[in-house]
Amino acid sequence: MTDHIAVIRFPGSLDHEAAGRVLREAGATTIVVSHHDHQLPQGTTGVVLPGGFSYGDHLRCGAIASRTPIMDAVRSFAEAGGPVLGICNGFQILCEAGLLPGALLSNDTQSFICKQVGLEVVDADTRWTGDAAAGSEISIPIKHHDGAWQGDPSQGRVIFRYVGENPNGAHDAIAGIANMDGNVMGLMPHPEMACEALLGSADGALVMGGVLAQGVAA
Amino acid sequence: MSEVPLHRQLGLTDWENDQIPTLLGREATGPELVMFSLMWSEHCSYKHSKPLLRNFPTEGPHVLQGPGENAGAIDVGGGLAVTFKIESHNHPSAVEPFEGAATGVGGIIRDILAMGAKPIALLDSLRFGSLDSSRSRYLFRRAVNGIGHYGNCIGIPTVGGEVGFDDRYEDSCLVNAMCVGIVRHDRILRAAAKGIGNRLILFGNRTGKDGIGGASVLASAEFSHDEDKRPSVQVSDPFTERKLMDCCQDLADHDLLVALQDLGAAGLTSSSSEMASKGGVGLHINLDKVPLREQAMTPAEILVSESQERMLAVVTPENVQAVIDLCEFHELDATDIGEVVEGDALIATFNGEEVVNIPAHFLADDAPVYEVPQTPAPPPTPLDLATVPVPTDLVGAWRDLLRVPNIASKRWVYQQYDHLVGANTVIRPGGDAAVVRIPDTQMGLALTTDCAERHCELDPRGGGAAGVFEAARNIACTGAVPSAITNCLNFPNPEKGHTGWRLAQAIEGMADACRALGTPVVSGNVSLYNESSARMIYPTPVVGMVGLMDDAAKAVGAAFVSEGDVVLLAGSGAPELDASEYLGRAEGAPTAPDADAEVALCRFLAAAAEKELLAGAHDVSAGGLAVALAESAMLGRVGATVTAPAADRPDTALFGESGARVIVTCSPTNLAALQALATDVPLTQIGTVAGDDVQVTVDGATVRLSIADARSAYESAIPEALM
Repeated sequence: MTDHIAVIRFPGSLDHEAAGRVLREAGATTIVVSHHDHQLPQGTTGVVLPGGFSYGDHLRCGAIASRTPIMDAVRSFAEAGGPVLGICNGFQILCEAGLLPGALLSNDTQSFICKQVGLEVVDADTRWTGDAAAGSEISIPIKHHDGAWQGDPSQGRVIFRYVGENPNGAHDAIAGIANMDGNVMGLMPHPEMACEALLGSADGALVMGGVLAQGVAA
Repeated sequence: MSEVPLHRQLGLTDWENDQIPTLLGREATGPELVMFSLMWSEHCSYKHSKPLLRNFPTEGPHVLQGPGENAGAIDVGGGLAVTFKIESHNHPSAVEPFEGAATGVGGIIRDILAMGAKPIALLDSLRFGSLDSSRSRYLFRRAVNGIGHYGNCIGIPTVGGEVGFDDRYEDSCLVNAMCVGIVRHDRILRAAAKGIGNRLILFGNRTGKDGIGGASVLASAEFSHDEDKRPSVQVSDPFTERKLMDCCQDLADHDLLVALQDLGAAGLTSSSSEMASKGGVGLHINLDKVPLREQAMTPAEILVSESQERMLAVVTPENVQAVIDLCEFHELDATDIGEVVEGDALIATFNGEEVVNIPAHFLADDAPVYEVPQTPAPPPTPLDLATVPVPTDLVGAWRDLLRVPNIASKRWVYQQYDHLVGANTVIRPGGDAAVVRIPDTQMGLALTTDCAERHCELDPRGGGAAGVFEAARNIACTGAVPSAITNCLNFPNPEKGHTGWRLAQAIEGMADACRALGTPVVSGNVSLYNESSARMIYPTPVVGMVGLMDDAAKAVGAAFVSEGDVVLLAGSGAPELDASEYLGRAEGAPTAPDADAEVALCRFLAAAAEKELLAGAHDVSAGGLAVALAESAMLGRVGATVTAPAADRPDTALFGESGARVIVTCSPTNLAALQALATDVPLTQIGTVAGDDVQVTVDGATVRLSIADARSAYESAIPEALM
């Protein structure tokens, strides 16, 4: 069965093209869904909320995007068990929408940080880590100004932690967290930027694959 | 009370003011005088540099668009063109560094949008005073924040550039921004207005009172720290520019535009007069239609406001609604503000009355042109080496050099820039040139900015050439073939001292180098008057170069790769201390570049990369061989054992600088093939990649620096200076 992935694009989304490209190269079809829309396309098997600066980060990162009509459709899709992946700004939007626990605060450096980081696979029992074992390490870049996750980790499942230096002051060095059911996942690092060796790492493919495997029809 | 006449307050000289009634055959109206003052400013008219700029080579078989449009364009094959330009935003950045630098980035992006292109990379060339100065630290920190804010939010990767520090920039910092875009040949848009009866659509942000007089009052006069100039700095809104960028591409994809122009310096005045003059038509603008951000703006203010994130398009009447609808989809204002008319006049009406009626070419093309005085500076005297003692602790000198801000890691800067967005960045900042894959192809673009300002101060012709050749070496180290350049000529007041001569000489030197390399100048910008009563900047002709490679997967990095790889020195450059970073000042008589040697070296590097013979390649520039070796070792996390070619003194051998020198590494199995390729380039085997330290033997003595020690010096210098 072919995966049909909806990539949600808000004004100010930046990484929708990169995410779509990776998924198409993995065999999926992708469709860019606009913030104007009220529904996901018929047959959507997975949803990606890409990185960027939706609405220019006005008010609070992800706050305005989380209140757009399309997010009601994403919520219904998630509640029905469909896989939803939020990357960077997408993670911020999922937290703002209440689909993931916690919130993303400014980096403790008070600056934007773009660099390659190491991530430890903490929980290997969700769809988001492929065949990687718990405790194994992957390399993916971060690029954000507001990436310090704060909240109660027991409200979700911690999937990734930063290895070594905690780059942004996140609570417990948490880089990515899923909901209890494991079908909604958000992370600050950018797996879609790390899916070919030419760009420095292909480790992101196992995270992107999470939105593809065992797709649940909407 | 000020008794200064209005025209002088606006920046016009008495003589220029007298020309206007002669041209018009009547007195200028108030708004017209303001328009003349802006369009005849140095910033808009290049009146002091135009005759000299004609000396640049601007043609080549691959040039699709040379200087004169919003940006230059070159053919890269496959029906694709790369369009690029560098531009200064120096004076606004000295007044308000965050917004000045941010709007500098925004402005250069719109030049690329106006070509119908998709921006794919940004670079920035920056100069500040010494980091010992709190004001320079403030300017540096805030300018970097501003660049990051804009580039990160709009989603164009900032992949390269350079930062330099010297007391000479204490009062006049330099912020030059370069943007690179990609466009299909048949989709390149131009600025010439065409088609009588076609409509003028202004879209993007609303027009406010910000940035009034930016080009004349701020950018075309010597600098004093005058708080009153702050309202002349524009305000940035990268979120709106992102929408503008998506919208421009959508409009181009739907083939809805006849012509497109961004609103930059002098706002509506420059965009409309240039569009009319280039198209040989008249334009009629109804100022009552221009959407305003604030009430009670005068016609002159509307005409010259430099509010950001605005574009002006010429559209056929039948497409007007489609254009407005697309802009609405992107949540942007779009307004029909006028039409293309017969004749050559730029006409503006306000409250139904005609307030402006001037032949557009008076504004766009007929500014007075001045020959700058050409007073040669005395020739530089060679460095008296007796005044420079050889250090007893060469390792200490090496470590100290790695801590010099001009050499030290710029990680603090580029880590604040999203250099990955788009997922096409193959070689990231921190090496020689950056390499970006052209989207949806295998081709790679190598991008760099460079300048040899201390060399330019001593010998502007040699230094002008040296900057171009250094850019070419950086491009060639990645395996790319240098293709074309853009430049930003940052100079002091050309009407004074030796500056006019230095400007002319630097242009000659750059032109010589461009001819030798076959890299024409396709776009550029001039920023003059970068001086205060206390200091003038070095002549700083910044080169932005683009190189091409067929397969980005063959890109070569600057790092040492594998233990056992052979280290070689390619090229004929002989190190010297004159004007070197080790010397730390613009003193001595640096040797002028050897064009033949530089060209041969670039060809060799590109050929070796194409045949996949190289493990790494790194330009030997500031700090000499020892610094270059340490940089490659830090990048690759593996050291090397090397014997430096002898020089007159050990510090010259280790830290001396020259053109035409590159460290290359290869696996032992590729050594013979690499040597066979080096038919017209000296290639000397100097050592082996190995271990955790860099060990250099010079004249029988060995100096050794561990990678960890090198890194702690190299990486901590700038963050510590900013604490």
